[in-house]
Formats: sequence, C-alpha cells, structure tokens
Amino acid sequence: MIFGIGLIALVLVGLVVILFAWIAGTYNGLIRLRNQLENAWAQIDVQLKRRHDLIPNLVETVKGYAKHESGTLEKVIQARNMAVSAKSVGERAEAENVLTGALKSLFAVAEAYPDLKANQNFLALQEELTSTENKISFSRQFYNDTVMTFNTRLEVFPTNFIAGMFHFTRHDFFEVKAPEEREAPKVQF
Amino acid sequence: MWEVIASNRRRSILLIIVMAVMLVIIGYVAGEVMFWGIAHHRVLSRHHYSYGYQSYGQTDSGSAADVDAGGMIGVGLALVIMSVMLFVYFTDAEDVLMHGMSARELKRDDSPQLFNIVDEMVLASGLGFTPKIYLIDDPAPNAFAVGRKPETSAICVTTGLLYRLNRDELQGVIGHETGHLKNRDVQFMTLAGVMLGSIIILSVIVRQYFWYGGRVRTRSSSRDGDGGAQAIILVVGLLFAILGPIMAQILYFACSRKREFLADASSAQFTRYPEGLASALEKISAAHESLSFASDATAPMFIVNPLTAATGEADSIFSSHPPTADRIRILRAMTGASFADYEAAWRRAKGGSLIGSQTLQSAQQQTIRAPSNEGPIQSRRETHDVVRRYHGYMRLHCNCGLDISVPEGYEQDTIRCFRCGNVLTIPAAAPAPPTSSTAASAIPPVIPGIAPPVVAPAGALQFHRTNANSWESFRCACGRTIQLSPAFAAPHITCTACGRSIAIT
Repeated sequence: MIFGIGLIALVLVGLVVILFAWIAGTYNGLIRLRNQLENAWAQIDVQLKRRHDLIPNLVETVKGYAKHESGTLEKVIQARNMAVSAKSVGERAEAENVLTGALKSLFAVAEAYPDLKANQNFLALQEELTSTENKISFSRQFYNDTVMTFNTRLEVFPTNFIAGMFHFTRHDFFEVKAPEEREAPKVQF
Repeated sequence: MWEVIASNRRRSILLIIVMAVMLVIIGYVAGEVMFWGIAHHRVLSRHHYSYGYQSYGQTDSGSAADVDAGGMIGVGLALVIMSVMLFVYFTDAEDVLMHGMSARELKRDDSPQLFNIVDEMVLASGLGFTPKIYLIDDPAPNAFAVGRKPETSAICVTTGLLYRLNRDELQGVIGHETGHLKNRDVQFMTLAGVMLGSIIILSVIVRQYFWYGGRVRTRSSSRDGDGGAQAIILVVGLLFAILGPIMAQILYFACSRKREFLADASSAQFTRYPEGLASALEKISAAHESLSFASDATAPMFIVNPLTAATGEADSIFSSHPPTADRIRILRAMTGASFADYEAAWRRAKGGSLIGSQTLQSAQQQTIRAPSNEGPIQSRRETHDVVRRYHGYMRLHCNCGLDISVPEGYEQDTIRCFRCGNVLTIPAAAPAPPTSSTAASAIPPVIPGIAPPVVAPAGALQFHRTNANSWESFRCACGRTIQLSPAFAAPHITCTACGRSIAIT
C-alpha cells in the first residue's frame, strides 16, 4: 500500500518536473527569439546610419570628375539630409527610399565618366554603398523572418499559453505600408 | 529557418548518442573476445595446477566473472580512446590547422569586398558573431569553415576562388559556409568523426589480436567443453570488428552528405539567390586543378571535395560530398528561395525528403531576388594586391598612373617605371635627424621568455608617410619590406626581421 502511494507520488512529481521544464524551455525560446528580433531591428538602424555617413565622401569624390553634374549631386545631398533628420518610422522609410533612388541616378550618371569609374576611391565607395544596401536588405529580411516565426509561435496551440501568461506581444513586419510610399521616387535631372 | 535549425540540432544529438552506444557495444564485445581468451586460459591453468591443493570448485562462476570483466575492460578501453580524441577536440587548435595549410588571416583593409560579403551573410543568418577570414594562396578554387566556438570560428577561401567568382557567386559560397556555422555542422561532424575514429581504432585492435593472438584461444577452447558458445562469441566479435567500422563510416558519410545539402539550402535562404551558389559550384567543378594541400582527413571540410574535384566524382556511399551535379540541379530547380522551396526541388529531383514536412509546416515561400548588376569581375586586382601583400611585395605608384609591385629582396634603391621610364626611389626608413626628439625613445617592450630584439645602435630610424589614406610600403635597413595599412596609427613600428624600431611620422 505504502509502496503504491509512493509510486504514484513519484510519478506525479516526475510529471510536474517535466511540465516545469517544458514551460521554462518554451519561455526561454520566446525570450531568445524576441532578443534576436530587437537586435535585428537595431542592425537595420546601424546600416542606415552607415549609408548616411558614406554619402558625403562619395559626393566629394564624384565632384572632382563630373563637374557638370552638380544638379544630381545636390539632389543626393538633400535626400541624405532629409533622411538624417526624419523622425517617425513612416517618414524615415519614405526618406530612405528617396535616398536610394537618388543614389541610383548618381551611379547611372557616373557610368558616363570613365575616369571616375577607374578611380580607386570611387570604386571602393561604390562597393561600400552596394554592400550597405545589401546589409540593409539582409537585416530587414532576417528581421521579417524572425518576426514571422515569433508571431507564429505566439499563436500556435501549446506555446500560446506561455505567451499569454508572460505577456508576449506580436511584432510588426518592416515594410512600407502606405500606398503613396510605394511609388518609385521621381528624380529630375 | 528556425524550425529547421532546431530539428537539425535534435537529430545531431540523437546521432551522437547512437554512435556512442555503438562504440560501447563494440568495446564490450571486443573485450569479451580478447580478454575472455586470456582470462579463461588463466583460469584453466589455475585449475590445472591445483592438483595437490583444494580444487577451485568455482571455475564455472569464476570464468563467467572473468568473461564479464573482459567485457568491462573492453568498454573501458573504448572510453579511453574516445576521451583522448575528445581531449584533442576541445583544444580548439584552429590556428594550428590554418598554419598547417599556410592560410593567412586577412584584415578588413586587405579585402573589403570579401569582408562585406561575410558581414552580409552574418546579418542574413543572424549568426551573432563574425568569423575570422583566412586566405590560402592556391589556384584551385575552394572554401571551408572551421570552429567549435564563435571566438575561434573561421572561414577560409583560396585565391583561386576569388579570381573566378563574381559577387553573387562569392556571396553564395560564403552563404554556404555561414550555413555550416549556423547549423553547427563543424561541431557535429567533428564529434561524429571522434566516434568513428574510436570505433575504427578499437576494431583495428581487435583485428590485430585475432591475427597475432588467435592460437592461444583455439588451444584453450578445444580443451574445454562448451566450445560452441565460445565460437559464437568469437564469430560475433569478428563480425562486429569488421562490420562495425564499415557501418559507422556509412553513417558518417551519409551525415556529411546530408549536411552539405542543408548548407546549400541555408545558402539559398540567406542570399535569396540560389543561382549564385549554383553557378559558383559549376565554376568550381569545372576548374581542373586539385588543391595541393588537402588530405583524406581534411577533405570533408571543403565546399567541394578537393581530392576528386579535378577528376570527377563517384556517387558512392563513402563520398563525403554529394555529387556537384546533383547540388546544382536542385538549386536551379528551385522556384523560390526558402527551405520549403529547396525541399520541393529536392523531392522533384531525388524523391524522398531532406528536411521533413513536420519541420517545414510553418516555413513560408520566399521569392528569389534579382541578380546584382556587377558587370565583369572587378575583384581580380584586389585579389592580386592581397596575394602580393601576403608575399611581402612593396607597392609603388608612379605619376603616370602605373602601380609597380617590388618584391622583397630587390637589392637596388631605385626602379624604373615600365610605362614612362621615370626612375622611382624605393622608400626606405632613413636615420632620423639628430635634433628630432621622437627618435631614440623607442625601447621595444620586454616580453618575458622572448629575447629582446636588437636595437639599432646609432640613432633610430624614421619613415615619413606621404599618404595616410592608403597602403604604403617601405624598406627597413635590414632589407625587409614593411607595409603600413591606412588604419595604422601608432607612432612606431617594429621590424619583424631585425627588431629595429622605426618612428612613423
């Protein structure tokens, strides 16, 4: 008899331990994902700032070779200043898009100047800017992937209890939402 | 992506446990076989010599106890072998490995494009740390990743690879290696290799024992009554000794091949451009050079098996890499860029499943991005520069626009430009003017255990930088080329050959 009760108690204790371990494991997994998310978001910021810092350098390099393209250069500088001073997320997304467009037109213009294209500084800057664009898009991509996994986990059956208990909230995807922001910015020459 | 990584981790742990169990079983059987013979012989001789003494009535249980002891000894032996190999695993001797392959660590200034690509892949995979980057000067294109811990992780590429691939393809290859690091393939395959190695060593011991020590047993077993049971144990032991390693090898290589496919899938997921890796693999397998320093031990680490790259591969169960043609075919059949798309392409090409539908339930389709419009391969000059710096060349710039690379050991002080005929002086560290106060105070730091370097006797040397934004080289008084990177900001540099301290102004 005593042995029987002891066995049942042991099994119950074992179950409680397993349950506790599962709760802890799931909670930790959610915390880790959320921290990855926040890190990815911060990374996007870092890369955007890097782009802002590279642009004055680029403009100086191009100025020496493409003397008649001051219009394009000014557009780039203006776009960059606007992007630096933008505050809200929507404003920033729009300003960054305008800046991307301005840079594209600048590189298109540079194609017409073979001296500029062969300049080591210009090539290095072009590589840095290409890489920064890539990094922005990769960190955005990683952020979105992680957001999806995180949101799914918050809503799927066994883990949604833990999520509710500890108040984990959905995160938003990083994408341009308003329809007018989706239009390609028009850059005049 | 996360589900695939988690399921990978679970399977890896399971596999290591399975192999460890196999190792213990083989150890037990080997011990029974080997030490049973010795124990039984000893027991028999005890019985034989117990004429005038009390007979040892417990020979039966005694021999059973000796048989079990034999098994335990075998398990102990297996564990000892495994511990030794694990000890080597935990020493983290990646830099020894790199040195053995003549790989040089690159700094960011050496190859900005390569570092940028690695950074991009680190971001896309969420790796959390940036691995070190090494370069091997070999014309055969190949790449690999090593590292048990983030601090010692490294990705290594050959110059042959950098010469041949454009940016998208290089990104694909680096994505593949980053996939290995993200999926912890290095740890996993090394541990599996430790298990495999222990099994093989144990089986070699058993086979040697059979070859040299067999006669002892046959004599004793023919004397005893139950020769049948012993013969069965013998046969089973021999079977384990022969088949065990073969099965373990098959398991090991099957895992290696599967991991390569998973790394391909990871690369497609990270870069969102599977065609990049596909055309890189095509170029690598089309190159007709085999890597000069790869051996059977290091071959599984590379992106394409270096020993068979030049001559074509056999699709056997013992190949560490899947056939490149298969990998390219699957990558090119992908209609999207995620793991789910890779799985779909795999099913169409090979049938069966790689990742498992359970894992992929929540994975979404991803669209493939457009290729980057890089144009013809620009990076060759950069790669040439890196290689020359590696070999100690000095770079001089002539006013006509030509850059001249001067090897170390060039004895004259001037060189004539090939294009315009202008005579250029080789910059060298000159003795500082005596009134300068920055000169002589440079006493090299004393590092305990290393003999202090010789300091130049009469006045210290100095070099004046003309262009602090780019690489500059000059010659020390001993003839050694010293290269200063744009990031160099210290007031002194110590020549690595003669130990002189040179002031940089």
